[in-house]
Order: sequence, then C-alpha cells, then structure tokens
Amino acid sequence: MKTRPNYFAGIGSFVWLLIVAIPLYVMLSGTFQTREEFGDNGPLSFPTSFTLQNYVDAITSGFGRYFLNTVVVTVGVVAIVLLLVPPLSYAIVRSQSRAASFVFRFFLLGLAIPAQAVIVPVFYLINTVGLYDNLIGVILPTAAFALPICTLILSGTMRDITGELYEAMAMDGASPARAFFRLVLPLSKGGISTIAVFSALQAWNGFLFPLILTQSESTRVVTLGLFNFQTQYGINIPGLLAAVTLSMVPVLLVYLFARRALVQGLMGAGGK
Amino acid sequence: MTTLATRRQAAPGGSTPSRPARSGASSVGRPGFAWALPATIFFALFALVPLAAVAVLSFTSWSGLGDPEFVGLENWETLVSDPVMVKSLWLSLLFIVLGVVTQTPLSILLGVWAAGNQRNRAVLSAIYFIPLLLSSAAISVLWRALLDPNFGIPGQLSWLFGDGNLLGTQSGAIGVLIFVGMWQFTPFHTLIYQGAAKGIPNVLYQAASIDGAGMVRQFFSITLPQLRNTAITSIILMVVGGLTTFETVLILTNGGPGTDTTITAFYMYQEAFQSFDFGVGSAIALVLVVVATLISLVVVKVSGYDKMNSSLEGL
Repeated sequence: MKTRPNYFAGIGSFVWLLIVAIPLYVMLSGTFQTREEFGDNGPLSFPTSFTLQNYVDAITSGFGRYFLNTVVVTVGVVAIVLLLVPPLSYAIVRSQSRAASFVFRFFLLGLAIPAQAVIVPVFYLINTVGLYDNLIGVILPTAAFALPICTLILSGTMRDITGELYEAMAMDGASPARAFFRLVLPLSKGGISTIAVFSALQAWNGFLFPLILTQSESTRVVTLGLFNFQTQYGINIPGLLAAVTLSMVPVLLVYLFARRALVQGLMGAGGK
Repeated sequence: MTTLATRRQAAPGGSTPSRPARSGASSVGRPGFAWALPATIFFALFALVPLAAVAVLSFTSWSGLGDPEFVGLENWETLVSDPVMVKSLWLSLLFIVLGVVTQTPLSILLGVWAAGNQRNRAVLSAIYFIPLLLSSAAISVLWRALLDPNFGIPGQLSWLFGDGNLLGTQSGAIGVLIFVGMWQFTPFHTLIYQGAAKGIPNVLYQAASIDGAGMVRQFFSITLPQLRNTAITSIILMVVGGLTTFETVLILTNGGPGTDTTITAFYMYQEAFQSFDFGVGSAIALVLVVVATLISLVVVKVSGYDKMNSSLEGL
C-alpha cells in the first residue's frame, strides 16, 4: 500500500548518506596522499597523486604486531564463546530444571552490566592471578562480556527446533549429548555463525579491557595502537588515517561476506 | 519483528509448559543443568562477582599495590563534596538527553524509510551500517583527524567553522561528542526500527487508507504507536550507552577543555587508573550502575512498558 514515494524521508536519508560517506571518503583519499599534499590541498579535495607510503609507515611502526595480537584475542574470544554458549543455550531451551530458567534470567541481567562497572574488580582479579599484561587476561573478560548477547541470540535460534525432532531422537534412545551433537548443532548452524561473527566483532573492536589490562608494546592490540599512534604522531594525519583504514579492513571484509550473520546478530542485540 | 522475538525470548519457561507433556518421551533425553554450568560459572566470575566486589571496594582505599584497606564511608564523603563528580553527573545527563533527542527522530525516520522494499534501499542501508562495524577507537581517531584545526575539514571550510578549533570550547567539544555519537550509533538504532517497522502488519495501512488517511496521518497514527516498544528498547540502550561513553571522550577531548566534558564514566577511569584511587573509582562505578538501572526503570515505568502485553492489541 505504501507505494507513493516519501520525499521527506528520501531526502533525509540522502543527507545522511552524505554524512556517513564523506568522512569515509576523506579517510580513504587522505591515506593515498603525502603529508605535504594533504596539508596543501585540504581533506575535501580530490587527490592529485598516489602513494602507498602511509600504509607502509603504519605497518612498520608496529601495526603488524598489533594486528597479530588482535587476531590472537579475537580467536581466543570466539573459541570460548563457541565452547560455552551452545551447551548453555541447549540447556536453557531444553532442560526442564528450574535452575536452567533461572540461569537465563541471570544472563539477561548480565546484558545490563556495563563493562565499566566491573573494570576495577576485573583489574584486581587479573592482577592477582598474574595475567596482567598478558593477552589471556584480555581474552577472558572480553569473552565473558560477549556471553549474554550470544546466549540470547543462540537460544532464540534453538527454540525454533521443533519438539517432534527431539522426540524422534529420544524414541531411538538417544542421550542428551547425542541429540546435541546430531540434532541441535547441525540445525543451529545459522545461529552459531551469527554468534561467532558477532563475538569476533566485539573482540576486534574492544578497547577498555586491553587499555586497563595491558601496558607493553608486545601485548598492544590494534585499537590501543591507534590511540597510541594518535597521541604520538597526531600531526601525521595521512599516516593516522592509513592506520585507521587498516584496522577497518578485516571487519569490512567480514561485512562483505557475512553480512546476514552480522546484521542478524545486531538485530538480536537490539531486541534485548 | 524484533519485538515479537523479544517477547518470546523473554519467557524462557514459556516454551516448556506450552508443549504438551507426553509421558515418558518428553523427559527422556533432556539435558540436565550441568550443560549450563561452565558458562554460568565463567560469567559469574567475570561479571557478577566483580559487581559485588565493586560495592565492597567502594568502602576501601586501594592504590593498586598491596591489599585494599577498609575506610568506611570516606570515599563516599569525598565524592559527595567533589565538584568535578557533581559536574560529571550533570554532564552525563546532558549527554544522555542530547543523544536521545538527536538519534531517536533520525533513526525512526531512516528505519521506517529503510523498511520499504525498494531495491536501492538495501544497497543504501548497507552503506549506512558501516559506522556500526567500526571500533569506537577507530571512529574517534578518525574524527579527531578530520576535525584537526590545521589539517582537517574546519581549516578548509572556515566560513562554516570559524577559527576551526572545535574542541577548544565546551559547547564545541560537547557538540562534537554528540555528533560523533550520532554518527556511530544512529545506524544501530536505525536497524532496530527497520526490523520493527517491517513487522507492522500491512493490513493496518490498508484499513487506514480505505478510511482516507494520508501518509503523514498514517505515520503518526499507525507507524509511531506501533514502534512504541521498540522505541523504549532503543532509548534504554541509548541511555546506558550515553552513560558509559568512554573511548570517544578519552580520544577526542580527554575530558576537556578542563573538565568540561568529563562525564561520570570518564571520571571513574581517571580516578581509578590515572590517580590510582581505586576505592573512589569503585564508588563512581557503583553510582553508574545504580543510575543506569534507575533511568531504565523510570523509562519503563513512565512509558507503561511493564503493563503492556502486545503492540498488536485489538487486532
């Protein structure tokens, strides 16, 4: 029925498109210019020459190492999430014990706890167990804070598996473990890839835990590297923009190939 | 769509009783509580235990070395009489209000627009969502570079930005933080509204246009009321998000000029991790949790969300 074009919203969305796209354009075009040229032309001008030197500078100034660290953190977080969340969601959806429904409320409550609220005790805890300035110390709390939303998303997917399928398995004498591996996991592939992508995004973009829990160059992750680069070489704007661009490339690649999983995860996050 | 999914997820016990309990078959092969145990313990260790610990630590003095020492109400007395703390709470409130006021109309407009089914909208929304994928750190560093007084956009558009030092004044710095927050989070809220707008039954619009209601009337009489639950979710997320804004403040303004953008979440970081006064930091963290919970409860109460059963009432 809504077939008449809505000019007001159309114009609004076009303006918004410019607001989103212009900074991204300035960022990209800046990375391909020398510092002098960028300074002379101004950020909004069209580049007149082309250089990749800014990217080379960014990588050689330590970002190679930071990338490696971020990859380690991301892989660790995704591994923990994939190990813990599917059994948890399975119990929440299928267990008849009261404890399981209590646990679900407990995780819903967890959604409301901001990381800042617990950062001091987490710092104390990580210090006490000797994991300060260690990537494992970053991985553990980051994974813990990814659990509530991932549980919400995955248990939503698992609820769509019909009772008949479970009953058919039970009829054949299958144990809960067998039902989990033969029925639940294969049928929740979509949800599992969503939580993998979503927790990876959180880990990749994480800032507060690495800021508080690491200090040396050898454990620095990309987001902290950007912050550091800015405080140290704030006037080298093309170099800074190249570093920012590099930090975005993996996420944009994932967006390109796993857009559905990401958007579903974000929608799930909104539905909380 | 989103609201329906939420409602279903919000009733964890609901799926079990509604299923006819066939004797034998239904209890055989059900997983025990043990399946939930590893994740629960892990989460409790890093979120719930620390939440309790932060309350305890707020009554101690600890500099990061040695053990925390019990000091009673000292930290709380310090905070109550600390002008920066009081100012930070007002600034946080200002941030929240400005964030909600700027992001909500825009994301409703964009979300409803993107919910339409023309093909170009899918392509455009793919671009809209890009800021959502980027880390707050990258976004803040990007905007700091773009707004650089000498080499950034203000220098080139001096007719618009004057001397270009946007971050040098309080109103300029707040404006930049609100704008960057909008740039970063509007896509997310747009996405929520888009999902909800797609879920509005078409029959409502058909009935309205038979009754002669125009597009504007339809928007205000159908779309907006139907988006009510979503708006509450979205506003609560904005409130909590605004209250805990950290990276953007740290990287863009570092709380300045002076303490003019030192919002409470940033002040907590300064007290705990720059002044190494973890007791006071913990007290501020506790204030954050309490304020976030209170505001969310007020939003839920005022809107009557707790009494509402369905946005599809009367259908």
